[in-house]
Order: sequence, then structure tokens, then C-alpha cells
Amino acid sequence: MTVLELRGIVKAFGDDVVLRGVDLAVDEHRVVALIGGSGSGKSTLLRCASLLETVDDGQVLLDGEDVTDPRVDADQVRRRMGVVFQAYNLFPHLSVLDNVTLAPTVVHGRSRAEAVEEARALLDRIGLADKAAEYPDRLSGGQQQRVAIVRALAVRPRVLLLDEVTSALDPELVGEVLSLVREVAAQGMTIVMATHEMGFARQVADTVAFLDGGVLLESGPPAQVLGEPQHPRTRQFLARVIDAGRL
Amino acid sequence: MALASTLLFAAVAYLAVTSSPGWPRVQATFFSPSVALESLPDIARGLLVNLQVLVVGGLLVLLVGLGTAALRTLRGPAFAPLRLLATAYVDLFRGMPLIIVLYLVGFGFPALGLQGVPTSPFVLGTAAIVLVYSAYVAEVFRAGIESVHPSQRAAARSLGLTHRQTMRIVVLPQALRTVTPALLNDFVALQKDVGLISVLGAVDAVRSAQIQVGQSFNFTPYVVAGLLFVLLAVPSARLADAVTARARRRQQSGSLL
Repeated sequence: MTVLELRGIVKAFGDDVVLRGVDLAVDEHRVVALIGGSGSGKSTLLRCASLLETVDDGQVLLDGEDVTDPRVDADQVRRRMGVVFQAYNLFPHLSVLDNVTLAPTVVHGRSRAEAVEEARALLDRIGLADKAAEYPDRLSGGQQQRVAIVRALAVRPRVLLLDEVTSALDPELVGEVLSLVREVAAQGMTIVMATHEMGFARQVADTVAFLDGGVLLESGPPAQVLGEPQHPRTRQFLARVIDAGRL
Repeated sequence: MALASTLLFAAVAYLAVTSSPGWPRVQATFFSPSVALESLPDIARGLLVNLQVLVVGGLLVLLVGLGTAALRTLRGPAFAPLRLLATAYVDLFRGMPLIIVLYLVGFGFPALGLQGVPTSPFVLGTAAIVLVYSAYVAEVFRAGIESVHPSQRAAARSLGLTHRQTMRIVVLPQALRTVTPALLNDFVALQKDVGLISVLGAVDAVRSAQIQVGQSFNFTPYVVAGLLFVLLAVPSARLADAVTARARRRQQSGSLL
């Protein structure tokens, strides 16, 4: 069953056309890794999928419903998706616990007690139960990003969109975040992740999609796209990544 | 050293002033202890009127200023008329001298002779002050709202919060922390500008002083009123300093909180 489908997504910022008609279908319980150089449109694609940007053309379908239709209430759609950003974007004026319980209580109308219980269980799972009362600036980057993932999971999303969630982290903190993503994927969450971690994509993703200049040049199983890339641009990109020691 | 130089400077200034040829007359007409004592009760009663304007006006300024800032930061073409209106209001009342607004509101509205329009100088004076100060405070709030990084909005919206919820729960609390020092500064300015309602005939501290000056031909009551305003302003000024210093320390420690 397809959870998230992107059809012919076109997005421009002024004269700068960032996405030139991207199609992508993500089946339930699957992990799709978006790879590509900076400026290739990965982040913009995720922002369009999460309705944080309006598309210029094309459709976003969530569980078969065209959510880019102007008659659809975008706020109602966003609450069914979870987004994690490169820079964590935790709310600095709220405690870790309040960051996690905010959407469940305010958006989903769950009782405070229920939301707190669930948030504590999630925080416990990532080993940060003792940080519940702390403010985000008391946490390391890796801890903050794991809280951000938990915050997105707390709304029980249909799909989790991860936008380069390890790119802002110190190298020694990348592992703890990736292992949480791995765990979430193993539990069956549908995930679309923009990433530069090719090794991780190879292990965890069911599909790797290569974006270049706003076009999805090729996609397929990781072994195929990363192992035997068909398109010269993909080969070029991967060669540069290997040079940088990231594969 | 700082104390010594300050004392020296004060002594020189004091000698210069007191040795001037006009000093005895100035002393008698501006610094007469007996006139000061006599005028103090009335002026203090008048100051209560100023305090009322300050409290009522200050709260209204916060509300109107915040509302105006919220309108100015609305996005989307549908809200263009509201944005334009808010911008025009801010431009108009930030540019116009308070005293002119006081005259226009204080004398213009009663002249309309409309039923239900209040004629009390207290009400009209407060209204004029609120009009002008809200325009300033709206800009302070707007700067605060815009200082909250867009990624905070994105995070809130991605969780399904509406625009309104995002503003109330995520943006405004952070904006308020940023602008508190600036708001306190405006509050200090407001504390003395409430004395301007006297031009409409409200019997406040300034007006009381004026009446007594008219009766005694001695300017000491003005000095008394002035000192009372200063006494009123000092605690808020120190509070503003303390809050600003605290905000700066937070920033320097690299923390957002």
C-alpha cells in the first residue's frame, strides 16, 4: 500500500527552479533514502511533501488523498506526518517533555496525562527519561536530535520525513541518531530520508533515489543504485562521495 | 576614583551655579522649601491620576501594540488590506508628535458632539497616549516576532499546529523574551509622557503644579512634580537595566533561553 506519493512535483523560488517534475511513491513500512549533492532539491522535496512549501505543479498524495488540493486543510494533513529537521528545531522555551507533548495535546486533543505518559515512555526508550524536565540547550546535539525524532513520533505519523538529520552533528554524535532511525525503521515506520550517509542508506533503505538538479535520475534498491549506478551523473556523485570517505 | 571625580565635578558645577549673579532669585522662585512643602499634597494627588493613566494606558498599549504587530506579520495575499491598514496606522502615529495627537483627540472628539463619545480629559488623554505608544510598541513586537527563526515556525507547523497556535505557543513566548528590555524602555518613556494629559485639562501632577504656580508666581511646584516623575521612573529604569543585562548574559552564554 502506498502511503506517500509525489506526482510531477515542480517547485521554483523566483527564477530558480529547484524541482522539475519529481515522481516518488513510498509504500507502507518502507524506507526511501534521497541522495544527491547539495542544491539537488532533496530538502525542498521533503518540504513540499510535508506541505511546508506549496508546490507550483504536481500533487502530493497521502494515503491516496490529494493533499495539495486547495480545498484540503493543510493543517489537518501536516498532523498526520512527522518531520525532523537538520537543525533539530526544538522549541527552546519549552522543556524536553513539553516539546514532545505539545502536538499530542494541542493538535490531537489527547489528555495531558496520556500525552505525558506516552512521551515519558518514548524518552525512556531513547535513554533520555532523566532529561524530561531539562531545556533543549542543556542537551547535546545528538540528544536534541533524538528528542526531535521522538517529538515527531509522538503524533503517531503515517510517514516520517527526515531532512539530513545528522548533517549538523559532530561526527561522534551521528551514531546515536542513526541507530534510533534504524530502530524506528525496524518497527515498521514509513520513512523518507534525505541523507549524506551512504553507508546507512545502503543498510537501512529499501529504495535509494538519486536527485540531481531537481530531477530524480534513478531509483531502486540500494545495491543497484549505490553498487551499479546506471546514470553517469549518479556515478560521478558517488565517486565524489567515495573520495570524501563517506561510502 | 570614580566617586572622587564625580564629587569634584558636582562641586564645581554647584559652585558655578550658586555663584552666578541670578542665583538668589532662581533659588527663591524654583527651590523654595516652603512652597515645595505646601504644593506637595496636591501634586501627589495629581500624580495618582498619572498613575491611573499609566496602568490603564500601559495595559491597553500592550494589547493594541501586540494586535497591530500580529496584523503586520500576517502572511498571504488575502491579508494585504489588514497589513496595509496596520502599516498605515503605525506610520501615522509614530510620525505624529504626541502633543498634536493629544490636541486632536482631546479637543476634536468632544467637538463632534456625538452621543456616547466620552468628553473626560482623562479618557481622551489616555486614548491619545495609547494611539501613539501602541504604534511604537507594535514595532517592538514586530521586531521580536521576526527575530524568531523561521525554522521554529516550520517545526511548529510540521507538527500540525495552526498559524494561530504557532504564534501563541511557539513564536510569541520567544519574541517576548527578546523584546522585554525594549518594552521596559518604552514603559519608562510612557511614565513621563502621561504628564502630557495635563494639556487637556486633566488635573494630574503637572496640572496641579501649574495651578499652584499660577497662584503663587513661584516655579517650585514644577520642580516638585518633576522630581516625583523621576522618582517614579527610577525603579523601572533600574529594572530595565537588569533585564537587559540578563538578556545579554544569556546571549553571551550561547543559550537561547
